[in-house]
Amino acid sequence: MNYIEDFRNSDRAKKLLHSIISIISKKWVIMEMCGGQTHSMMKFGLDQLLPQQLEIVHGPGCPVCVTALELIDKAILIAKKRDVIFTSYGDMLRVPGSNSDLFSVRATGGDVRVVYSALDALQIARENPDKEVVFFGIGFETTAPANGISVLQAKRLGIQNYSVLVSQVRVPPAMELILSSSENRVQGFLAAGHVCSVMGTKEYVPISNRYHIPISITGFEPVDLLAGIFETLSMLETNIWGVKNAYSRSVSSEGNVEAQKMLDQLFEPCDRNWRGIGLIPMSGWKLRSDFQEFDAEIRFNVADVQSQESEKCIAGLILQGLKKPADCGAFQRECTPQNPLGATMVSSEGACAAYYKYRR
Amino acid sequence: MTEQNLSDGFSCPLPVSHHEAIMLGHGSGGSMTSELIQRVFHKYFQSDGLEQKNDAANLLMPDHIHRIAMTTDSHIVTPLFFPGGDIGKLAVCGTVNDLLTAGAVPKWLSAAFILEEGLPIAILEKILESMKKCAEEAQVEIVTGDTKVVERGKGDGIFINTTGIGYIAENFQPGGEKARPGDAVILSGTVGNHGMSVLCARGELGIKADISSDAAPLNEMVRNLRPFAPSVHVLRDPTRGGLSTTLNEIANQSQVGIELDEKLIPISKEVNAVCEMLGFDPYTIANEGKMIIIIPDEIKQEALLAVRSSKYGENAAIIGRVFANQSPMVLLRTILGTHRILDSLSGELLPRIC
Repeated sequence: MNYIEDFRNSDRAKKLLHSIISIISKKWVIMEMCGGQTHSMMKFGLDQLLPQQLEIVHGPGCPVCVTALELIDKAILIAKKRDVIFTSYGDMLRVPGSNSDLFSVRATGGDVRVVYSALDALQIARENPDKEVVFFGIGFETTAPANGISVLQAKRLGIQNYSVLVSQVRVPPAMELILSSSENRVQGFLAAGHVCSVMGTKEYVPISNRYHIPISITGFEPVDLLAGIFETLSMLETNIWGVKNAYSRSVSSEGNVEAQKMLDQLFEPCDRNWRGIGLIPMSGWKLRSDFQEFDAEIRFNVADVQSQESEKCIAGLILQGLKKPADCGAFQRECTPQNPLGATMVSSEGACAAYYKYRR
Repeated sequence: MTEQNLSDGFSCPLPVSHHEAIMLGHGSGGSMTSELIQRVFHKYFQSDGLEQKNDAANLLMPDHIHRIAMTTDSHIVTPLFFPGGDIGKLAVCGTVNDLLTAGAVPKWLSAAFILEEGLPIAILEKILESMKKCAEEAQVEIVTGDTKVVERGKGDGIFINTTGIGYIAENFQPGGEKARPGDAVILSGTVGNHGMSVLCARGELGIKADISSDAAPLNEMVRNLRPFAPSVHVLRDPTRGGLSTTLNEIANQSQVGIELDEKLIPISKEVNAVCEMLGFDPYTIANEGKMIIIIPDEIKQEALLAVRSSKYGENAAIIGRVFANQSPMVLLRTILGTHRILDSLSGELLPRIC
């Protein structure tokens, strides 16, 4: 099977599209949870093909976008310190903190490095025993195992100059926040396929039952997205709810059990601030007390940093599906990828960045 | 004390003349510099201009040439050697191809080197050999040069600046401002090979892929297009920023829209796969041996054949068209038949998170 071409096949996409058009009878609002799905929608122009009655709104599933402002400010504080090598996924370097970003820290002499995985950061720590190496551990359940394993290895190998600035977030509490809002418009979900590859599908069943909402586990290629939309729409049109797996080549109902065991060993749930949205109870993971020696917030004493978001940026409303990027007065004017007001304009998974890049 | 006694008891520390690595003294302008030029640079570069041994080369132009093209480019790359090329090859083809985009016949190059203290001479020689080979293929002479040395840690081994001069014929002067609605857009081969080759060669992402840089001088390709003069409206090499950035520049210069058909854009499976894995847009990845050719629709097939029959042009394809539009833009017709903007590269290329 060709995992790129087969799932971008125009004939398969057209068949699914035909099925969607033939069953839709009224207006519906479906939210895709993942920023990767938002970008795929825009990149392949799926929004131009879907029936007008179907409104797709973009959810809070962009890890860079929801990383709290104060965590970016903490990252900047740490990265500015002498004898620190600050490592991060590339996208985070562009995200504006209150007054600066990590690219600017690098330009003014900070040792900030882009890595592709936390294990690369750990390797840097081994090669630089006289430096403190910090990894910015952001992301959803998708990145948590890979970020977490670096802590396990550091402990096992006795690497003391390594720590992680943990900003792990979890999808289900965010879905519940959206559904329990009095302003909620979302009637069905496309759940994030890669999150479910790790966590499985089981934790979505109670949400579906509690809120009577159809959820389809959905992938990222055009054919995957259309299949997910079709499944959710079928449930909506027949007035049923449940969890359907439209991404079975990657997701099983149990998920990756080994990864889940490791996550449980390393992390415990905690309240976490989501950028633009605010505090969502039990929506994050923090390192368990056994691993606190690797917690950069404790090691660098930055736990109390507080930050204030730009008033012009409506990213929070966009991330909850209440507004679209074009509804923002600053979009494409004061706010561009070169001069972003909020993270949604920066990240390769951000909704504002997708609209700027592919639409305008 | 006799001479015999002297030589028995003392020895004078004669300066070592044959260093194996670049020393700060090689950039002093004194005898070590001369020695480096004589022993190393002249081994690979010979031309009338260099033979004059003056501060500037004195060059003769034929009577019938009234117009020249001049361009300059500085080259930095890590690693210095990668599949399909090296910094020396880039330094020659980059400038040669820039001259070609002006319709010029490349003639002369300058080569200025900033060397880092400690660079092994053997590495320098390998780079010079590559420059010599590429200059021969491109039929350009390196007529003047310069060498400076920076302290260890203040350079990246070697930086090379090349400036080029070429002859321009009156009836063959393509330019980015000359694209016209109705014109066809030809791309001379697959996109993204150079950028992805260098990225993989860095080894930082732990990806091994069979991708070679496309770095090459495109003289023959442009020579084959000369018979179509003056109808060759635009020639442009999509280097840094890739296909999409270069086409956006052309759209802006000519105040037109450009529409590409995604199905028709040549891309290798390997480049596509690595781009997908890292979340890169292949249309923003650098090329070093490709040409965008914009010509009137009625001669597009003949021009395509001319490009395809040249060295490095066998995978050329007609990938789109120019259309009248109030605001300049580049549109991509996707594989699903929808349209989206193809934007310029914004800032640094960064790999995806998940």
